[in-house]
Amino acid sequence: MQTIFQQIINGLSLGSIYALLALGYTMVYGIIKLINFAHGDIYMLGAFWGYYVINVWHFNFISALLSAMVVGAVSGVIIEYFAYRPLRHSPRIAALITAIGVSFLLENGMSYLFSSNTRDFPQIIKQVNYNIGGVLISNIQVLILVTACILMILLQVIIKKTKMGRAMRAVSVDPDAAELVGININWTISFTFALGSALAGAAGVLIGLYYNSIDPLMGMTPGIKAFVAAVLGGIGSVPGASVGGFLIGILETFFQSIGLSAYKDAVVYFVLIVILLIMPAGIFGKNAKEKV
Amino acid sequence: MILQVKDLIVNYGVINAVKGVNFNINEGEIVSLIGANGAGKTTILKTISGLLKPKSGKIIYEGKAIQQQKAPKLVKAGISQVPEGRHIFSGLSVMENLQMGAFLIKDHQKIKQNFSEVFERFPILKQRARQDAATLSGGEQQMLAMGRALMANPKLILLDEPSMGLAPIFINEIFDIIKEINKHGTTVLLIEQNAKKALSISDRGYVLSTGKVQLSGSGTDLLANKEVQKAYLGG
Repeated sequence: MQTIFQQIINGLSLGSIYALLALGYTMVYGIIKLINFAHGDIYMLGAFWGYYVINVWHFNFISALLSAMVVGAVSGVIIEYFAYRPLRHSPRIAALITAIGVSFLLENGMSYLFSSNTRDFPQIIKQVNYNIGGVLISNIQVLILVTACILMILLQVIIKKTKMGRAMRAVSVDPDAAELVGININWTISFTFALGSALAGAAGVLIGLYYNSIDPLMGMTPGIKAFVAAVLGGIGSVPGASVGGFLIGILETFFQSIGLSAYKDAVVYFVLIVILLIMPAGIFGKNAKEKV
Repeated sequence: MILQVKDLIVNYGVINAVKGVNFNINEGEIVSLIGANGAGKTTILKTISGLLKPKSGKIIYEGKAIQQQKAPKLVKAGISQVPEGRHIFSGLSVMENLQMGAFLIKDHQKIKQNFSEVFERFPILKQRARQDAATLSGGEQQMLAMGRALMANPKLILLDEPSMGLAPIFINEIFDIIKEINKHGTTVLLIEQNAKKALSISDRGYVLSTGKVQLSGSGTDLLANKEVQKAYLGG
């Protein structure tokens, strides 16, 4: 019983990172139907930014997190502007291949500029473990979970309650009609990239704190797992991405705990195959119907 | 003259859909464009509203050439289109759909006023305000699409096949509403396959076929015209 609780706690912390990343995948897919494979690399940029500002400028946790979100947002907007926007009306496969290219560019560019060494992420918050009825919880885990939840709630409020949020939803269901009510499509797409990439930047700093090590290729595997999480939740669905992220996190830690660490990645990919075969729309996915 | 279309040529993909069309609309009128499928009606409308760019020709709105402007700017200038097939935002509530219609209006007082006007014209939308717009019936969705366009305070409203796919009882209601909207000072450009209905409420009409204007005249004249009767009014 204790082990189960322990794994759920561990899974939730890891899962909240996946959830933050999955949200970016799902929002970008929702609005321009593109799987942004460079998304995991924005998370890497966020982690590196956190690493430098904490080491060099001695930022504290909050300012490192917030500034990494800004850096993430700006990178996301730049990538969309230069790499995806010119291909907006091209076949989807062209944009998809470009996304993979952008991903390689960021990974190898960072390796080239800053070396591919693994670095120790500075521990700005001293880890303290609490023992609650035999279940170990660290303050970092709590911090990750709380930060991720706050960000997800904020995102939900932006999407549901603000004018830009409504514009995002309008563009994702019907871009032509959105333009006809006066919404600037380009601006709305940029805004969506900014939001999603800000969350990835935040996730980068959080993972640095959790795993203590960062490197230029760190975004690849979590990026793909977050993509699986987004598909599991139903790609395009915001609540789906959060739930999918937590589920993948818990699944992964569970397999680790029963001694199958070597297969933890394989399990996630297996989940992807199963979902695509059994319920391609995912948990919260909707089947659009046209009404006459 | 609120709108003037001069020698308009538009390509839709590789097809030359509109081949030199001329027509105009005076302020306060209801003008219909009628014609069979593929006559270029929707293409003309999309070009006026800024979704398509013409190959050549001019569109003059309130004295200014607007053919190169994008849709959001034209909405601000007072041209709203109700697209064919309604295109309501499913997944958004009825209320949110209407809010989207007032996207460019900053004055909250004005938005409030528009809401009460739209709810007065379409009481059903008030009843369904919190519902997902996708759950509305076809006729209700058409009302929502029109309400959404009206939320922007248009001077000129472009209606693309508002009666398409609706039950007969809704068709009459929709045409009554169009007359009402017009009475309140909005100029109407109407595209319809239901030519009889359209012409009966129109001040003037233009008959299009294969991308050109074939005939024009007052609504009543066109209704009485033998050729029009034969081709579009079922004999």
